Amino acid sequence: MSFGGLMALRNVSFDVIEGDIKALIGPNGAGKTTLLNIVSGIHQPDKGDVFFLGEKLVNVAPARIARKGISRTFQHVELFGNMTVIENIMVGQYARTRSGFLSSGFKLPFVVKEEREIQRKSEEILEYINLGQRKDEPASNLPIGEQRTLEIGRALATGPRLVLLDEPAAGLNIKETRNLGEIIRKIRDELKITVVLVEHDMDLVMSISDSIIVLNFGEVIAEGTPLEIQKNHEVIVAYLGEEEEIQRGYNAHT
Amino acid sequence: MLTVFLQFLFSGLTVGAVYALVGIGFNITYNATSIINLAQGEFVVIGGLMMWFFAESLKLPFLVSVAFTIISAGIVGLLMERLTIKPLKNPDLLLMIMITIAVSIVLRGILMFAFGKDPYVYPSFTEGEPLSIYGAIIQQQTLWVIGITGFCIILLFFFFKKTMVGKAMLACAVNPTAAKLVGINVSRMVMLSFVLSAVVGAIGGMAITPISLMEYDKGPMLAVKGFCAAIMGGLGTNRGAVIGGFIIGILESMTAGYIHSGLKDAVALIILLLILFFKPAGIFVSKAMHQLRKF
Repeated sequence: MSFGGLMALRNVSFDVIEGDIKALIGPNGAGKTTLLNIVSGIHQPDKGDVFFLGEKLVNVAPARIARKGISRTFQHVELFGNMTVIENIMVGQYARTRSGFLSSGFKLPFVVKEEREIQRKSEEILEYINLGQRKDEPASNLPIGEQRTLEIGRALATGPRLVLLDEPAAGLNIKETRNLGEIIRKIRDELKITVVLVEHDMDLVMSISDSIIVLNFGEVIAEGTPLEIQKNHEVIVAYLGEEEEIQRGYNAHT
Repeated sequence: MLTVFLQFLFSGLTVGAVYALVGIGFNITYNATSIINLAQGEFVVIGGLMMWFFAESLKLPFLVSVAFTIISAGIVGLLMERLTIKPLKNPDLLLMIMITIAVSIVLRGILMFAFGKDPYVYPSFTEGEPLSIYGAIIQQQTLWVIGITGFCIILLFFFFKKTMVGKAMLACAVNPTAAKLVGINVSRMVMLSFVLSAVVGAIGGMAITPISLMEYDKGPMLAVKGFCAAIMGGLGTNRGAVIGGFIIGILESMTAGYIHSGLKDAVALIILLLILFFKPAGIFVSKAMHQLRKF
C-alpha cells in the first residue's frame, strides 16, 4: 500500500485466528490504521490480498465488507452525532434488516414490527455495554469514554464475526480503560467475536491480547504472545530508540 | 374587512402549503446528502405538467394519472442522481450544488420543448360548491392542497423517525464514512433521497395546478420560495420548513392584497436576505444544533 511516493505498508502478512484478540501495535506512523482501512475496504491495496473466512476482500465496497461480518471503530470517534445513543445502535443493525426500501414503504405493519424488534435488541446491546441509562441522549453529548464504548456497541450491532478496534483507549482514564478491557474480553468470551485491536496502551494490550503483531515503518518486525513481545529486542528498539546500541558502541570504545 | 383578510389568508395558506412541500423536498436531499438540490422547483412543475399530460391529454382515470405522475417524477429524480451525482469522482459539495442548477436548466429546457410556453390547468380533484367562511371563499382544491401537504408531512415524519430506512438515510448525512462501515449502501440512499424529494415536489405540483396553473418556467421561483421556507425553519428540520412555508405564503398574499401584487415575489427574497443576515441558522434552530451542520 502506498500513498503517492510513500510506502505505508509492505510485505505485511499475518493471520488472525478465530476467537482471538489480536493486538496490532507499533509506533505512530507504522501503518496500523492503514492496515485496518485496507481490511475494512476504505483503501484498496496496490498489491496483496485480504482473506476473510476464505473469501477475498480486496476491491469489495466497505458496505459489502460490513455485511460480510467485519465491523470497526475509529481512532477519531465517528458516531452519528446528532442522533440519539439508541438510534446509533439501531442504524448499526440496518444492514441486518430484511426490509429493503421498497418493501418498507408499502408493508407498514411489518416495518413497525421489525422496528420494535430492532429497538428491543438495541436496548439489549446498550445494557451489555453499560450505556442503558443514556439511550435517549444525543450521542455527541456523551463523554469521550462513553462515545468510544457506544462506537463499539454500534460495531457489535452489525452482527460481526470480526471487530477492528482502532485505538479504543485513546483519551480514556484508567477506570474507563479497565472497563473497556472488560468489554473487549466479554466480546471474545461471551459473544465469540474475533477482535483485532490497534492500541498504544501497553497495559491494556498485554493484559487482554492472545497474540500481538508489531509494525514499524510499514513492516512486521515481530509477532507472538504478549510475553514474547515484551522480551523481543527489536520491539524495544523500535519503541525506545537505539539507546542500547549506542550504549554498546560506547562500551566498545572504552 | 374581515372577509378580505380571510380571503388573503386562505390564498396564502394554499401557496404556503406548496412552499412547505418544496422546502421539505430540499430537506430530504439535504438531510441525506448535505446537497441543496436547486432543481427542486422543477420537480413541482413536472408534477403539474405530467398530471395534465396523463389526465387531460391521454384522458387516463384520475388515480392512474396520479400514480403515473408520481412514478415519472420519481424516475426524473432517479436519473438525475444516477447521471449527474453518482458518476462524480470527487464529490465536492459546492460542485454538486452547481450541478443541480445545471440540471434545473436542462429540465426547464426539456419541459419547454415538450409542453411549450403556455400555462396548463386541469379541473379540481373534486367538483363541488366552494365553502364560505365569513364571506371568504374557499375552493375545494384549497382543502386538497392543505390536506395533501399535511398527509405528506405525517408520512415523512413517520419515515424518518420510525423506519430503519429513514434512520439509515439520516445516518448517511451525519457521517457517510461510518454509515458505509456499518453496512449501509450510501449511494443507494442518496439515490432514494433524490427520488423521494422529486415525488414530494411533484405531489405539490399536482395539487396546486388547478388553482394557480402551471407552466414550464415556474420552477426557479418555487425553488427560491421553498428554499426560503426551508432556511427560515433551519435547513433539515421539516417542522420548520412547514411553518416557514406558511409564513411566506401568507405574507406574500397579504402584501399582494394590501400593498401591491408586484411586490409579491420580493417578499420571499427580502425574508431570505434578512434571515441570511441575522439568523442564518434558521429561526427554529438552536446554536448547538447548527454547529453540527456543514452549512
